[in-house]
Amino acid sequence: MSTVKPFTIEQFYKFIAQGKLMAGKCLKCGKIHLPPRPLCDNCFSKQFEWMQVTGKGKLLTYTVIHVAPQQFQALTPYAVGIVELENGLKIPGMINGVPHDQLKIGMELTLDFGACNTTQQWPQWQRYCFKP
Amino acid sequence: MNGKPLVSIITAGMSKFGKHEGLLAREIFADAAYEAFSRCPKLNPKGDIKAMFIGHMGEAYEHQGHTGSAIADWAGLTGIPATRCEAACASSGAALRSGIYAVLSGLADVVVVGGVEKMTHRTTSEVTEYLAMASDYPFEQYHGITFPGLFALMATAHMHAYCTTEEQMALAAVKNHYHGSLNPKAHMQKEVSLQTVMASKYVAWPLKLYDCSLITDGASCIILTKPELAKKYTDQPVHIVGSGQASDTIGLYERKSLTSLQSTKLAAKSAYEMAQIKPEQIDFAEVHDCFTFAELMAYEDLGFCKVGGSGKFIESGATRLGGAKPVNTSGGLKAKGHPVGATGTAQAYEMYLQLTDQADRRQVKDAQIGLTHNIGGSGATAAIHIYRRDH
Ligand SMILES: [Zn+2]
Repeated sequence: MSTVKPFTIEQFYKFIAQGKLMAGKCLKCGKIHLPPRPLCDNCFSKQFEWMQVTGKGKLLTYTVIHVAPQQFQALTPYAVGIVELENGLKIPGMINGVPHDQLKIGMELTLDFGACNTTQQWPQWQRYCFKP
Repeated sequence: MNGKPLVSIITAGMSKFGKHEGLLAREIFADAAYEAFSRCPKLNPKGDIKAMFIGHMGEAYEHQGHTGSAIADWAGLTGIPATRCEAACASSGAALRSGIYAVLSGLADVVVVGGVEKMTHRTTSEVTEYLAMASDYPFEQYHGITFPGLFALMATAHMHAYCTTEEQMALAAVKNHYHGSLNPKAHMQKEVSLQTVMASKYVAWPLKLYDCSLITDGASCIILTKPELAKKYTDQPVHIVGSGQASDTIGLYERKSLTSLQSTKLAAKSAYEMAQIKPEQIDFAEVHDCFTFAELMAYEDLGFCKVGGSGKFIESGATRLGGAKPVNTSGGLKAKGHPVGATGTAQAYEMYLQLTDQADRRQVKDAQIGLTHNIGGSGATAAIHIYRRDH
Protein backbone atom coordinates (compact mmCIF):
# COMPACT_ATOMS: atom_id res chain seq x y z
CA MET A 1 0.00 0.00 0.00
CA SER A 2 1.47 3.33 -1.04
CA THR A 3 1.46 6.17 1.47
CA VAL A 4 -0.37 9.37 0.62
CA LYS A 5 2.04 12.14 -0.33
CA PRO A 6 2.03 15.16 2.01
CA PHE A 7 -0.21 18.06 0.99
CA THR A 8 2.63 20.54 0.60
CA ILE A 9 3.89 23.06 -1.95
CA GLU A 10 7.08 20.97 -2.28
CA GLN A 11 4.95 17.97 -3.29
CA PHE A 12 2.89 20.13 -5.67
CA TYR A 13 6.10 20.95 -7.56
CA LYS A 14 7.21 17.27 -7.51
CA PHE A 15 3.96 16.48 -9.33
CA ILE A 16 4.65 19.35 -11.77
CA ALA A 17 8.00 17.68 -12.52
CA GLN A 18 6.00 14.54 -13.38
CA GLY A 19 3.74 16.51 -15.72
CA LYS A 20 0.74 16.54 -13.38
CA LEU A 21 -1.19 19.51 -12.00
CA MET A 22 -2.50 18.31 -8.65
CA ALA A 23 -4.77 19.95 -6.09
CA GLY A 24 -5.72 18.88 -2.56
CA LYS A 25 -9.40 18.18 -1.89
CA CYS A 26 -10.67 18.43 1.69
CA LEU A 27 -12.41 15.19 2.64
CA LYS A 28 -14.56 16.94 5.24
CA CYS A 29 -15.96 20.02 3.45
CA GLY A 30 -14.96 19.33 -0.16
CA LYS A 31 -13.02 22.55 -0.74
CA ILE A 32 -10.34 22.16 -3.40
CA HIS A 33 -7.01 23.78 -2.61
CA LEU A 34 -4.61 24.84 -5.34
CA PRO A 35 -1.85 24.92 -4.15
CA PRO A 36 -2.54 22.21 -1.57
CA ARG A 37 -2.49 23.15 2.12
CA PRO A 38 -1.94 20.94 5.19
CA LEU A 39 -4.86 22.63 7.03
CA CYS A 40 -8.18 23.40 5.37
CA ASP A 41 -8.80 27.16 5.69
CA ASN A 42 -12.54 26.54 5.46
CA CYS A 43 -13.18 23.78 8.05
CA PHE A 44 -9.75 23.23 9.67
CA SER A 45 -9.65 19.58 8.66
CA LYS A 46 -6.31 17.88 7.99
CA GLN A 47 -7.83 15.12 5.84
CA PHE A 48 -7.32 15.50 2.08
CA GLU A 49 -7.12 13.54 -1.14
CA TRP A 50 -5.16 14.40 -4.31
CA MET A 51 -7.13 15.45 -7.33
CA GLN A 52 -5.73 15.96 -10.82
CA VAL A 53 -6.74 19.24 -12.47
CA THR A 54 -6.69 19.92 -16.20
CA GLY A 55 -4.26 22.66 -17.18
CA LYS A 56 -6.74 24.35 -19.51
CA GLY A 57 -8.05 27.73 -18.48
CA LYS A 58 -8.85 31.35 -19.28
CA LEU A 59 -6.61 34.37 -18.74
CA LEU A 60 -8.03 36.57 -15.94
CA THR A 61 -5.42 39.32 -16.08
CA TYR A 62 -1.87 39.89 -17.28
CA THR A 63 1.09 42.26 -17.35
CA VAL A 64 4.38 42.50 -19.19
CA ILE A 65 7.37 42.82 -16.86
CA HIS A 66 10.12 45.18 -18.05
CA VAL A 67 12.07 45.66 -14.80
CA ALA A 68 12.87 42.42 -13.01
CA PRO A 69 15.19 41.14 -10.29
CA GLN A 70 18.65 39.99 -11.50
CA GLN A 71 17.49 36.39 -11.84
CA PHE A 72 14.84 37.24 -14.44
CA GLN A 73 16.44 40.30 -16.07
CA ALA A 74 17.66 38.35 -19.13
CA LEU A 75 14.07 37.29 -19.90
CA THR A 76 12.61 40.84 -20.00
CA PRO A 77 10.20 41.82 -21.35
CA TYR A 78 8.15 38.77 -20.35
CA ALA A 79 4.43 38.26 -19.80
CA VAL A 80 2.87 36.93 -16.60
CA GLY A 81 -0.77 36.42 -15.75
CA ILE A 82 -3.34 34.73 -13.57
CA VAL A 83 -5.27 31.89 -15.19
CA GLU A 84 -8.63 30.53 -14.05
CA LEU A 85 -8.90 26.74 -14.40
CA GLU A 86 -11.86 24.43 -13.94
CA ASN A 87 -13.66 24.62 -10.57
CA GLY A 88 -12.74 28.29 -10.30
CA LEU A 89 -9.16 27.46 -9.29
CA LYS A 90 -6.65 30.20 -10.10
CA ILE A 91 -2.92 30.04 -10.60
CA PRO A 92 -0.32 32.61 -11.70
CA GLY A 93 2.58 32.01 -14.05
CA MET A 94 4.58 33.16 -17.05
CA ILE A 95 2.89 33.21 -20.43
CA ASN A 96 5.05 32.05 -23.32
CA GLY A 97 4.34 31.83 -27.04
CA VAL A 98 1.89 34.75 -27.25
CA PRO A 99 3.04 38.04 -28.84
CA HIS A 100 2.58 40.66 -26.11
CA ASP A 101 0.23 42.81 -28.21
CA GLN A 102 -2.05 39.80 -28.64
CA LEU A 103 -2.53 39.08 -24.93
CA LYS A 104 -6.20 39.37 -24.08
CA ILE A 105 -8.28 38.85 -20.97
CA GLY A 106 -10.43 35.77 -21.54
CA MET A 107 -8.06 34.06 -24.00
CA GLU A 108 -7.58 30.32 -23.60
CA LEU A 109 -4.25 29.10 -22.25
CA THR A 110 -2.86 25.73 -21.25
CA LEU A 111 -0.40 24.92 -18.51
CA ASP A 112 2.85 23.60 -19.91
CA PHE A 113 5.20 21.47 -17.84
CA GLY A 114 8.93 21.62 -17.47
CA ALA A 115 9.37 24.65 -19.68
CA CYS A 116 12.09 26.18 -17.53
CA ASN A 117 14.73 24.73 -15.26
CA THR A 118 16.25 26.16 -12.14
CA THR A 119 19.89 26.17 -11.09
CA GLN A 120 19.57 27.71 -7.65
CA GLN A 121 20.26 25.77 -4.47
CA TRP A 122 16.80 26.24 -2.95
CA PRO A 123 14.19 25.65 -3.99
CA GLN A 124 14.72 23.22 -6.84
CA TRP A 125 11.13 23.28 -8.00
CA GLN A 126 10.29 22.48 -11.58
CA ARG A 127 8.72 25.55 -13.19
CA TYR A 128 5.55 25.53 -15.24
CA CYS A 129 4.25 28.20 -17.60
CA PHE A 130 1.22 28.92 -19.78
CA LYS A 131 1.01 28.54 -23.55
CA PRO A 132 -1.72 29.08 -26.13
CA MET B 1 -15.99 53.33 21.11
CA ASN B 2 -18.73 55.81 20.03
CA GLY B 3 -16.44 58.13 18.12
CA LYS B 4 -14.48 59.01 21.26
CA PRO B 5 -10.72 59.42 20.92
CA LEU B 6 -8.83 56.13 21.30
CA VAL B 7 -5.49 57.85 21.79
CA SER B 8 -4.09 61.32 21.16
CA ILE B 9 -1.03 62.40 19.22
CA ILE B 10 0.96 64.90 21.28
CA THR B 11 3.84 65.44 18.87
CA ALA B 12 5.35 64.12 15.66
CA GLY B 13 8.59 64.16 13.69
CA MET B 14 9.84 63.27 10.26
CA SER B 15 13.26 63.32 8.65
CA LYS B 16 13.71 64.86 5.23
CA PHE B 17 12.75 62.15 2.71
CA GLY B 18 15.27 61.59 -0.05
CA LYS B 19 18.81 60.31 -0.42
CA HIS B 20 20.74 60.24 2.83
CA GLU B 21 24.20 59.21 1.69
CA GLY B 22 26.45 57.95 4.44
CA LEU B 23 23.71 57.61 7.03
CA LEU B 24 22.30 54.42 8.56
CA ALA B 25 18.59 53.92 9.30
CA ARG B 26 19.12 54.51 13.02
CA GLU B 27 20.81 57.84 12.29
CA ILE B 28 17.98 58.98 10.03
CA PHE B 29 15.46 58.01 12.70
CA ALA B 30 17.33 60.18 15.20
CA ASP B 31 16.28 63.21 13.09
CA ALA B 32 12.60 62.25 13.31
CA ALA B 33 12.87 61.63 17.07
CA TYR B 34 14.67 64.96 17.58
CA GLU B 35 11.89 66.86 15.82
CA ALA B 36 9.18 65.09 17.83
CA PHE B 37 10.94 65.73 21.13
CA SER B 38 11.70 69.38 20.22
CA ARG B 39 8.09 70.11 19.32
CA CYS B 40 6.95 68.99 22.79
CA PRO B 41 9.04 70.62 25.52
CA LYS B 42 6.73 69.32 28.25
CA LEU B 43 7.61 65.74 27.35
CA ASN B 44 10.51 64.13 29.20
CA PRO B 45 11.50 61.41 26.73
CA LYS B 46 13.55 59.36 29.17
CA GLY B 47 11.00 59.38 31.97
CA ASP B 48 7.65 59.53 30.19
CA ILE B 49 7.98 57.19 27.19
CA LYS B 50 7.15 53.63 28.18
CA ALA B 51 7.25 51.69 24.91
CA MET B 52 8.29 51.92 21.26
CA PHE B 53 6.99 50.18 18.11
CA ILE B 54 9.05 50.60 14.96
CA GLY B 55 8.03 49.73 11.41
CA HIS B 56 10.96 48.40 9.39
CA MET B 57 10.64 46.08 6.43
CA GLY B 58 14.01 44.73 5.39
CA GLU B 59 17.14 43.46 7.09
CA ALA B 60 18.74 43.02 3.69
CA TYR B 61 19.31 46.75 3.06
CA GLU B 62 21.81 47.23 5.90
CA HIS B 63 22.46 43.68 7.14
CA GLN B 64 20.62 44.81 10.22
CA GLY B 65 17.78 43.00 11.91
CA HIS B 66 16.58 43.52 15.50
CA THR B 67 15.80 47.10 14.58
CA GLY B 68 13.37 47.80 17.43
CA SER B 69 16.19 47.93 19.95
CA ALA B 70 18.68 49.50 17.53
CA ILE B 71 16.32 52.42 16.84
CA ALA B 72 15.44 52.89 20.52
CA ASP B 73 19.16 52.88 21.31
CA TRP B 74 20.01 55.66 18.82
CA ALA B 75 16.92 57.67 19.88
CA GLY B 76 18.26 57.73 23.44
CA LEU B 77 15.49 55.48 24.75
CA THR B 78 17.43 52.34 25.71
CA GLY B 79 15.69 50.46 28.48
CA ILE B 80 12.08 50.69 27.30
CA PRO B 81 10.43 47.76 25.51
CA ALA B 82 11.13 48.36 21.81
CA THR B 83 9.65 46.07 19.18
CA ARG B 84 9.98 46.00 15.40
CA CYS B 85 6.71 45.61 13.51
CA GLU B 86 6.94 44.14 10.04
CA ALA B 87 4.02 44.16 7.61
CA ALA B 88 5.93 45.09 4.44
CA CYS B 89 4.96 48.62 3.31
CA ALA B 90 2.37 48.75 6.10
CA SER B 91 4.98 48.17 8.81
CA SER B 92 4.52 51.49 10.57
CA GLY B 93 0.75 51.42 10.03
CA ALA B 94 0.92 48.18 12.00
CA ALA B 95 3.29 49.83 14.51
CA LEU B 96 0.71 52.59 15.02
CA ARG B 97 -1.99 50.00 15.60
CA SER B 98 0.31 48.23 18.09
CA GLY B 99 0.91 51.53 19.90
CA ILE B 100 -2.84 51.97 20.24
CA TYR B 101 -3.10 48.45 21.72
CA ALA B 102 -0.36 49.37 24.21
CA VAL B 103 -2.00 52.62 25.36
CA LEU B 104 -5.52 51.14 25.52
CA SER B 105 -4.26 48.13 27.48
CA GLY B 106 -3.10 50.48 30.21
CA LEU B 107 0.42 49.04 30.12
CA ALA B 108 2.01 52.20 28.68
CA ASP B 109 0.70 55.76 28.97
CA VAL B 110 3.12 57.33 26.46
CA VAL B 111 4.31 55.41 23.42
CA VAL B 112 6.49 56.24 20.39
CA VAL B 113 5.40 54.68 17.12
CA GLY B 114 7.46 55.20 14.03
CA GLY B 115 9.27 53.65 11.14
CA VAL B 116 12.37 53.87 9.01
CA GLU B 117 13.97 52.47 5.86
CA LYS B 118 17.34 53.13 4.21
CA MET B 119 17.15 52.03 0.58
CA THR B 120 18.98 54.31 -1.86
CA HIS B 121 22.45 52.78 -1.40
CA ARG B 122 21.18 49.61 -3.13
CA THR B 123 20.77 49.06 -6.89
CA THR B 124 17.28 49.14 -8.44
CA SER B 125 17.58 45.41 -9.11
CA GLU B 126 18.40 44.70 -5.45
CA VAL B 127 15.53 46.91 -4.23
CA THR B 128 13.16 45.20 -6.71
CA GLU B 129 14.16 41.84 -5.24
CA TYR B 130 13.86 42.97 -1.59
CA LEU B 131 10.44 44.57 -2.16
CA ALA B 132 9.17 41.46 -3.94
CA MET B 133 9.77 39.55 -0.70
CA ALA B 134 6.53 41.12 0.55
CA SER B 135 4.63 39.00 -1.97
CA ASP B 136 4.05 35.25 -2.16
CA TYR B 137 7.31 33.44 -2.87
CA PRO B 138 6.39 29.98 -4.26
CA PHE B 139 3.87 31.12 -6.90
CA GLU B 140 4.50 34.82 -7.50
CA GLN B 141 8.17 35.69 -6.96
CA TYR B 142 9.24 32.24 -8.16
CA HIS B 143 7.55 32.85 -11.51
CA GLY B 144 9.08 36.28 -12.03
CA ILE B 145 6.13 38.37 -10.83
CA THR B 146 7.50 41.59 -9.40
CA PHE B 147 5.91 44.00 -6.96
CA PRO B 148 4.93 46.53 -9.69
CA GLY B 149 3.83 43.44 -11.62
CA LEU B 150 1.21 42.58 -8.99
CA PHE B 151 -0.33 46.06 -9.10
CA ALA B 152 -0.13 45.94 -12.89
CA LEU B 153 -2.18 42.70 -12.80
CA MET B 154 -4.84 44.55 -10.79
CA ALA B 155 -4.63 47.62 -13.04
CA THR B 156 -5.13 45.50 -16.19
CA ALA B 157 -8.19 43.86 -14.65
CA HIS B 158 -9.58 47.27 -13.64
CA MET B 159 -9.00 48.73 -17.12
CA HIS B 160 -10.84 45.75 -18.59
CA ALA B 161 -13.76 45.90 -16.14
CA TYR B 162 -14.29 49.68 -15.96
CA CYS B 163 -12.48 51.18 -18.98
CA THR B 164 -10.01 52.92 -16.66
CA THR B 165 -7.19 54.48 -18.69
CA GLU B 166 -3.45 54.93 -18.33
CA GLU B 167 -4.05 58.70 -18.50
CA GLN B 168 -6.39 58.55 -15.51
CA MET B 169 -3.73 56.69 -13.52
CA ALA B 170 -1.11 59.22 -14.66
CA LEU B 171 -3.25 62.03 -13.22
CA ALA B 172 -2.49 60.69 -9.72
CA ALA B 173 1.23 61.15 -10.43
CA VAL B 174 0.72 64.68 -11.77
CA LYS B 175 -1.40 65.65 -8.74
CA ASN B 176 0.94 64.11 -6.15
CA HIS B 177 4.01 65.71 -7.71
CA TYR B 178 2.21 69.06 -7.51
CA HIS B 179 1.53 68.43 -3.82
CA GLY B 180 5.14 67.29 -3.33
CA SER B 181 6.33 70.59 -4.80
CA LEU B 182 4.71 72.25 -1.76
CA ASN B 183 6.37 69.97 0.81
CA PRO B 184 9.94 70.92 1.78
CA LYS B 185 10.50 67.42 3.17
CA ALA B 186 9.43 65.60 -0.02
CA HIS B 187 11.96 63.59 -2.00
CA MET B 188 10.81 65.12 -5.31
CA GLN B 189 9.73 68.76 -5.09
CA LYS B 190 9.06 69.48 -8.72
CA GLU B 191 5.92 69.18 -10.79
CA VAL B 192 5.69 66.74 -13.68
CA SER B 193 3.45 67.00 -16.73
CA LEU B 194 0.98 64.40 -17.94
CA GLN B 195 3.13 64.02 -21.07
CA THR B 196 6.22 63.21 -18.97
CA VAL B 197 4.34 60.53 -17.04
CA MET B 198 2.83 59.04 -20.20
CA ALA B 199 6.17 59.05 -22.03
CA SER B 200 8.09 57.30 -19.25
CA LYS B 201 9.26 53.74 -19.78
CA TYR B 202 7.17 50.73 -18.82
CA VAL B 203 8.11 48.97 -15.61
CA ALA B 204 5.23 46.47 -15.73
CA TRP B 205 2.66 47.30 -18.40
CA PRO B 206 0.40 49.33 -17.98
CA LEU B 207 2.48 50.88 -15.18
CA LYS B 208 5.33 53.17 -16.17
CA LEU B 209 8.26 54.60 -14.27
CA TYR B 210 6.24 57.69 -13.26
CA ASP B 211 3.40 55.49 -12.01
CA CYS B 212 5.77 54.07 -9.39
CA SER B 213 6.63 55.52 -5.99
CA LEU B 214 10.21 56.47 -5.25
CA ILE B 215 13.02 54.50 -3.68
CA THR B 216 13.72 56.75 -0.70
CA ASP B 217 15.50 56.98 2.64
CA GLY B 218 13.53 58.37 5.54
CA ALA B 219 12.08 58.05 9.02
CA SER B 220 8.98 59.25 10.84
CA CYS B 221 7.40 58.99 14.26
CA ILE B 222 4.46 60.17 16.33
CA ILE B 223 4.02 60.07 20.08
CA LEU B 224 0.74 58.81 21.52
CA THR B 225 -0.87 59.07 24.89
CA LYS B 226 -4.25 58.54 26.53
CA PRO B 227 -6.71 61.31 25.55
CA GLU B 228 -7.10 62.37 29.18
CA LEU B 229 -3.32 62.94 29.51
CA ALA B 230 -2.85 64.77 26.20
CA LYS B 231 -3.35 68.32 27.53
CA LYS B 232 -0.56 67.73 30.04
CA TYR B 233 1.84 67.70 27.08
CA THR B 234 0.30 70.00 24.46
CA ASP B 235 -2.50 72.51 23.87
CA GLN B 236 -3.06 71.08 20.39
CA PRO B 237 -3.41 67.30 20.47
CA VAL B 238 -4.73 65.40 17.44
CA HIS B 239 -7.08 62.56 18.29
CA ILE B 240 -7.19 59.15 16.65
CA VAL B 241 -10.88 58.20 16.65
CA GLY B 242 -10.85 55.10 14.46
CA SER B 243 -8.43 52.27 13.79
CA GLY B 244 -8.74 49.26 11.52
CA GLN B 245 -6.26 46.65 10.41
CA ALA B 246 -6.97 43.62 8.25
CA SER B 247 -5.21 40.87 6.32
CA ASP B 248 -5.84 39.06 3.05
CA THR B 249 -4.35 36.02 1.28
CA ILE B 250 -0.63 36.44 0.68
CA GLY B 251 -1.09 35.39 -2.95
CA LEU B 252 -3.00 37.83 -5.17
CA TYR B 253 -4.12 34.88 -7.30
CA GLU B 254 -6.25 33.39 -4.48
CA ARG B 255 -8.42 36.48 -4.05
CA LYS B 256 -12.02 36.77 -5.19
CA SER B 257 -11.52 40.25 -6.64
CA LEU B 258 -8.61 41.55 -8.67
CA THR B 259 -10.02 45.08 -8.87
CA SER B 260 -10.37 45.89 -5.16
CA LEU B 261 -8.58 45.10 -1.90
CA GLN B 262 -10.63 43.21 0.65
CA SER B 263 -8.13 44.15 3.38
CA THR B 264 -8.76 47.85 2.73
CA LYS B 265 -12.51 47.34 2.79
CA LEU B 266 -12.41 45.36 6.06
CA ALA B 267 -10.03 47.78 7.80
CA ALA B 268 -12.04 50.78 6.56
CA LYS B 269 -15.27 49.27 7.85
CA SER B 270 -13.86 48.85 11.37
CA ALA B 271 -12.24 52.29 11.39
CA TYR B 272 -15.39 54.06 10.12
CA GLU B 273 -17.61 52.17 12.60
CA MET B 274 -15.29 52.88 15.51
CA ALA B 275 -15.13 56.57 14.61
CA GLN B 276 -18.83 56.74 13.70
CA ILE B 277 -17.79 58.60 10.59
CA LYS B 278 -18.90 58.10 7.00
CA PRO B 279 -16.56 58.30 3.98
CA GLU B 280 -18.19 61.57 2.86
CA GLN B 281 -17.24 63.19 6.19
CA ILE B 282 -13.51 62.68 5.57
CA ASP B 283 -12.06 66.11 4.70
CA PHE B 284 -8.69 64.87 3.41
CA ALA B 285 -6.70 61.66 3.27
CA GLU B 286 -3.27 60.16 2.79
CA VAL B 287 -3.73 56.95 0.78
CA HIS B 288 -1.18 54.33 -0.18
CA ASP B 289 -0.10 55.35 -3.70
CA CYS B 290 2.80 52.90 -4.06
CA PHE B 291 1.60 52.92 -7.68
CA THR B 292 -0.77 55.45 -9.21
CA PHE B 293 -3.33 52.72 -9.79
CA ALA B 294 -3.28 51.86 -6.07
CA GLU B 295 -4.51 55.40 -5.31
CA LEU B 296 -7.42 55.00 -7.73
CA MET B 297 -8.36 51.63 -6.24
CA ALA B 298 -8.17 53.16 -2.73
CA TYR B 299 -10.75 55.84 -3.67
CA GLU B 300 -13.22 53.03 -4.41
CA ASP B 301 -12.33 50.74 -1.49
CA LEU B 302 -12.51 53.63 1.00
CA GLY B 303 -15.91 54.73 -0.34
CA PHE B 304 -14.71 58.11 -1.68
CA CYS B 305 -16.33 57.32 -5.04
CA LYS B 306 -18.42 54.54 -6.54
CA VAL B 307 -16.93 51.19 -7.59
CA GLY B 308 -15.33 51.60 -11.00
CA GLY B 309 -15.63 55.39 -10.77
CA SER B 310 -12.11 56.27 -9.62
CA GLY B 311 -10.88 57.32 -13.07
CA LYS B 312 -13.65 59.90 -13.41
CA PHE B 313 -13.21 60.91 -9.77
CA ILE B 314 -9.56 61.89 -10.23
CA GLU B 315 -10.43 63.65 -13.50
CA SER B 316 -12.91 65.82 -11.56
CA GLY B 317 -10.04 67.33 -9.54
CA ALA B 318 -11.78 66.49 -6.24
CA THR B 319 -8.61 65.02 -4.76
CA ARG B 320 -6.31 67.90 -5.68
CA LEU B 321 -5.44 70.54 -3.07
CA GLY B 322 -8.37 72.98 -3.19
CA GLY B 323 -10.76 70.20 -4.25
CA ALA B 324 -13.56 68.72 -2.16
CA LYS B 325 -11.41 65.91 -0.73
CA PRO B 326 -7.66 66.49 -1.14
CA VAL B 327 -5.70 63.23 -1.19
CA ASN B 328 -1.97 62.92 -0.54
CA THR B 329 -1.30 66.58 0.23
CA SER B 330 2.16 65.50 1.41
CA GLY B 331 2.99 64.37 -2.13
CA GLY B 332 2.17 60.79 -1.20
CA LEU B 333 4.49 57.87 -1.72
CA LYS B 334 4.77 59.05 -5.31
CA ALA B 335 6.53 62.39 -4.70
CA LYS B 336 7.25 62.57 -0.97
CA GLY B 337 8.87 59.14 -1.35
CA HIS B 338 8.34 55.65 0.01
CA PRO B 339 10.91 54.54 2.58
CA VAL B 340 8.69 51.53 3.15
CA GLY B 341 8.92 51.12 6.93
CA ALA B 342 8.47 54.87 7.48
CA THR B 343 5.43 55.39 5.26
CA GLY B 344 2.56 54.59 7.67
CA THR B 345 3.65 57.04 10.35
CA ALA B 346 4.73 59.60 7.73
CA GLN B 347 1.06 59.63 6.69
CA ALA B 348 0.15 60.19 10.36
CA TYR B 349 2.75 63.01 10.50
CA GLU B 350 0.87 64.76 7.65
CA MET B 351 -2.38 64.36 9.64
CA TYR B 352 -0.67 65.95 12.64
CA LEU B 353 0.54 68.94 10.58
CA GLN B 354 -2.79 69.48 8.83
CA LEU B 355 -4.91 69.17 11.97
CA THR B 356 -2.68 71.58 13.91
CA ASP B 357 -2.56 74.11 11.01
CA GLN B 358 1.15 73.63 10.41
CA ALA B 359 1.01 72.40 6.80
CA ASP B 360 1.98 75.82 5.43
CA ARG B 361 1.56 76.13 1.63
CA ARG B 362 -0.33 72.85 1.40
CA GLN B 363 -2.69 73.48 4.34
CA VAL B 364 -6.18 72.07 3.72
CA LYS B 365 -8.74 74.77 4.60
CA ASP B 366 -11.06 73.84 7.49
CA ALA B 367 -9.53 70.38 7.85
CA GLN B 368 -11.35 68.66 10.70
CA ILE B 369 -11.24 64.92 9.93
CA GLY B 370 -8.52 63.01 8.09
CA LEU B 371 -7.83 59.40 7.16
CA THR B 372 -4.65 57.41 6.51
CA HIS B 373 -4.58 54.25 4.42
CA ASN B 374 -1.42 52.14 4.51
CA ILE B 375 -1.15 48.81 2.73
CA GLY B 376 1.48 46.09 2.77
CA GLY B 377 2.63 44.05 -0.21
CA SER B 378 -0.10 43.56 -2.79
CA GLY B 379 -2.68 44.25 -0.09
CA ALA B 380 -2.26 41.30 2.29
CA THR B 381 -2.21 43.97 5.00
CA ALA B 382 -4.16 47.21 5.31
CA ALA B 383 -4.02 49.62 8.26
CA ILE B 384 -6.44 52.53 8.34
CA HIS B 385 -6.71 55.31 10.91
CA ILE B 386 -9.09 58.24 11.29
CA TYR B 387 -7.94 61.49 12.94
CA ARG B 388 -9.86 64.42 14.36
CA ARG B 389 -8.84 67.92 15.35
CA ASP B 390 -9.12 68.79 19.06
CA HIS B 391 -12.08 71.07 19.72
ZN1 LIG C 1 -12.39 21.62 4.64
